[in-house]
Amino acid sequence: MEHGSINDVKSATFSLADEDHTLANSVRFTLNQDPRVTFCGYSIPHPTDAKVNIRVQTTEASIYCSEHLIVLVADQFHCNHEVVGFKPTSLVLGDPAKEVFTDALQDLIFMCGHVRETFDEAVDKCRKSNSGNAMDIKP
Amino acid sequence: MSCITSEAPPPKPKISALDMPDVPMGRLPPHLERQRTRVLCNSDAPTHTESVLSSGAYASMELDNSGLLGHFKDNFEVDVIRLNEDEMEFDMIGIDASVANAFRRILIAEVPTMAIEKVLIANNTSVVQDEVLAHRLGLIPIKVDPRVFDYISENDTPNEKNTIVFKLHVRCTHGRLTVKSDELQWLPHGSGFLVETENPQLIQKSGSKTYTSFGRSQAEMSDFESNPIGPKHEDIIIAKLGTGQEIELEAHAVKGMGKTHAKWSPVATAWYRMLPEVELLEDVEDVLAEELKQKCPVKVFDIEDTLEGKKKAFVANPRACTLCRECIRGEEWQKRVALRRVKDHFIFTIESTGALPPEVLFTEAVKILEDKCERVLSELS
Repeated sequence: MEHGSINDVKSATFSLADEDHTLANSVRFTLNQDPRVTFCGYSIPHPTDAKVNIRVQTTEASIYCSEHLIVLVADQFHCNHEVVGFKPTSLVLGDPAKEVFTDALQDLIFMCGHVRETFDEAVDKCRKSNSGNAMDIKP
Repeated sequence: MSCITSEAPPPKPKISALDMPDVPMGRLPPHLERQRTRVLCNSDAPTHTESVLSSGAYASMELDNSGLLGHFKDNFEVDVIRLNEDEMEFDMIGIDASVANAFRRILIAEVPTMAIEKVLIANNTSVVQDEVLAHRLGLIPIKVDPRVFDYISENDTPNEKNTIVFKLHVRCTHGRLTVKSDELQWLPHGSGFLVETENPQLIQKSGSKTYTSFGRSQAEMSDFESNPIGPKHEDIIIAKLGTGQEIELEAHAVKGMGKTHAKWSPVATAWYRMLPEVELLEDVEDVLAEELKQKCPVKVFDIEDTLEGKKKAFVANPRACTLCRECIRGEEWQKRVALRRVKDHFIFTIESTGALPPEVLFTEAVKILEDKCERVLSELS
């Protein structure tokens, strides 16, 4: 299911069986929208294998650092880390790729839920307006 | 003589390339915004077709491109244009092509239906070969809700929850006979054909066995009490018989998906197109206006009278545009007309084959994408 080095949680390749562009491309979209992701992409290694590999890499730098170092880094780039908009810990330490990937999937589920809701509302609205017209024609 | 001033000109203020005073803050400059949201359809080829996905794409301008879900919730819109029993058209606004395409792919290949898979032929003296006949039967759409049924695997015995049995018995006594799909007769009790065994003792012991083992009649199931199962259309030609020819067979329909075979696809087709955007870059008047109106085969442009008594072209119906690019043929016309497509506005059309109404198919498709995510999530945890 998941490849990646044990030492480095920030990058991983997720190998999904019985999936294709349908899921992989949608997840790539939600992954890309996440500011924690530095790289993501997917590939289908062979057209006859029902398998897709999704690569996720999150923010770089694996060094352990204290609050003090973050301030140093921020000073180096002449910026206040509170203004940068990232949480300083996530900027320096990087989030686990698995966590980011799970979040991306959850985002997609949320999107689907909202699409379904909006679609049902629109269909109901269309039906109502149509039945109104029909009543006008046939009193 | 020109006047010479002794004062030196005031020094020009230094402006960084990224500091654009004429551009409102917190927004992309218009040309980038256009590239982000529109496909530009030029006479040779479309450009800026890709969508800008990365959240940090405009970081250098201190702009956030991350798709906040709150944004999506506020901006996403659906507008039903046309809806009837078998067909619907709706606008889906504010979603990325990757997700819209996922819905389309799922509609075609992953929403299940019932279709004839096994055909037991007792007699076929028609000119249509057995395998061709079986193939033709498979393609007949069946009007039944597939959600009521289970998938059947290779070792399962066919029962009332996973198989629908149809009988076809026709004989041509004189002349010619066209066999149509209305001849298919639903057998709610299951197969009527007996399994042949070489051991007669076995038959005595357990009684004669048919090809299915239905626990109860499908006609008694609440879903089919009032609407019997049958082909969606009554006039699909299955075969043509000459005098004395006969077909006797049983067709077993099972649940399946379009990715296995297109006969299980619930849609004749499902497609989307991006909303066309047509803009006149300069006033097109009189003779040119008439020429422009004539150029367009789908009547996108029309002519109005201006206050000065001129005839001026305007864009009357951009939605009809097929992007044939006839109106931008020739160098001078490219300066007058701009053709674009809105990247996040999809005109989605679904044509159902009849098993389920189109609006139900779409909701099912969205649910399937959710299920896919859930499956991966459960495997990850």
